[in-house]
Amino acid sequence: MSVAELQKKVKELEEELRRVKHGGAAPREKITEMSGEVVDTNPYSRLMALKRMGIVSDYEKIRTHTVAVVGVGGVGSVTAEMLTRCGIGKLLLFDYDKVELANMNRLFFQPHQAGLSKVEAAAATLESINPDVTFETHNYNVTTVDNFDHFMSRIQNGSLTGGSVDLVLSCVDNFEARMAVNRACNELSQTWFESGVSENAVSGHIQFLIPGETACFDCAPPLIVASQIDERTLKREGVCAASLPTTMGIVAGMLVQNVLKFLLNFGTVSYYLGYNALSDFFPTMIVRPNPQCEDSWCKKRQEEYQAKLAAQPPKEKEVIVEEEEVVHEDNDWGISLVDEDEPAPPPGTTSVVSGLAEGITVAYDRPAPTANTGAEEVGADDATSLDDLMAQMKAL
Amino acid sequence: MLLLVLQEESEYTTADRVKEKMVDRATRTTLASIPLLRTKAGPRDKDAWVVRLKEEYQTLIKYVQNNKEADNDWFRLESNKEGTRWFGKCWHIHELLKYEFDVEFDIPVTYPATSPEIKLPELDGKTAKMYRGGRICLTDHFKPLWARNEPKFGIAHAMALGLGPWLAVEIPDLIEKGVVTYTQKTDS
Repeated sequence: MSVAELQKKVKELEEELRRVKHGGAAPREKITEMSGEVVDTNPYSRLMALKRMGIVSDYEKIRTHTVAVVGVGGVGSVTAEMLTRCGIGKLLLFDYDKVELANMNRLFFQPHQAGLSKVEAAAATLESINPDVTFETHNYNVTTVDNFDHFMSRIQNGSLTGGSVDLVLSCVDNFEARMAVNRACNELSQTWFESGVSENAVSGHIQFLIPGETACFDCAPPLIVASQIDERTLKREGVCAASLPTTMGIVAGMLVQNVLKFLLNFGTVSYYLGYNALSDFFPTMIVRPNPQCEDSWCKKRQEEYQAKLAAQPPKEKEVIVEEEEVVHEDNDWGISLVDEDEPAPPPGTTSVVSGLAEGITVAYDRPAPTANTGAEEVGADDATSLDDLMAQMKAL
Repeated sequence: MLLLVLQEESEYTTADRVKEKMVDRATRTTLASIPLLRTKAGPRDKDAWVVRLKEEYQTLIKYVQNNKEADNDWFRLESNKEGTRWFGKCWHIHELLKYEFDVEFDIPVTYPATSPEIKLPELDGKTAKMYRGGRICLTDHFKPLWARNEPKFGIAHAMALGLGPWLAVEIPDLIEKGVVTYTQKTDS
């Protein structure tokens, strides 16, 4: 073989090696500027076409935005993938969990990733899909004291320019983590979206939260989409939660659609959008904040918002759609806060969530702040020091 | 009627009664003897948290003493200095044999608005009645009950209403399935 032939061969082998290394296809080069040119090689051509069609005025702006995704599971991973494919500027991913084979009924993760941390595995896949996106991963539990301050500082300083992120997306699967995200966003006055899928996998929701302006997650008991399944007949024997890739994919789609509308300023962002899979019913509504919210930061944000409103010159009537029309036809739900099997909530409970849209209910009632507390309490002025108590406990 | 939701009898509804039936009579008796906490403070609340932590220890000590008196001693807990990490042992007696497990949990930043998530790491992956990491799967009734009673409920209540009933139902089942087997443990 001639030198030229050998050189050619080396080049071919190098190319093959590169392909094998990257699972078949070589990663593409980074693209410095989004172009609307319609060619096969332009990954943004169909997105930039949104401009030509008059849907979005400035699509490239997406590259300046940073979004934090908390929880990279069934909803969060798909959410992150959609944003990556849309060319978001930067993604921050938070999750403390590992990929398991038990996750394979959901989208995004693959069996060969089992055992890897979810954020690490996700970032690797996403980077190969779109190397233009900046990724920052944090493999920890945001609800613990050790991590919470760091979590807050990343929301505050994690954007491409070192400022606060544009949006936080809560894609977690438990109440504790939602409350932690809520607390962080209230303290930081950070706009965010909450999302969730029910444990029986047949309903879900997204909620848009602007501290002070809309209800925070702690303003009311969790809002859930009524599934027409009597909780008492729901079989939970032997399992904690069911999940479907369909419901999770739909909720992720609803979430990212509203994220795009918010970031790129088109259409109307839904404040609460529910999904009932059994009847294909999508209730929407807006929930106003609770002036008696248990979260002191929420109350502070409410005051700020009211002050801001008062300071504004009286413009022409503000167009706030109090309750959007529920898009459904002929729905004989009969589901509201109270149904015939479930008597009215006890008189002592607050019903802060008035005007819930049809098909949306609260997970449970809370007692009113004035509820009778005549039960025995711990001694208030116990002089025993904490150290002594700890020692006492140990000695038991 | 015992004060489960801390409301007067007249304020109970059928729905409440149905829910309470899910908490068995023995648990209700136990619950009524655990003192309630006063201070609404979480681990990020500095001084107020120290007060809350003292209350937690007081109620836990009382609860363990009650258990001992009732010949139903079933757990020990201790915490780090800050009171943010708790760990210890819990056990279940089945056919005269004592099955013992490590128990641990963190106090979340949103405590007491949210209850601690109790973990039994040894049983992780051995039962479907657990979330990842060995967090026990509580019934639908636990969270509403906690929400109605916070901040008066504390760690002792989470143990009595959460871990206690879980062990009572799950451990005999796991023993029967052969997933949990008896090993002689020496008391330290």
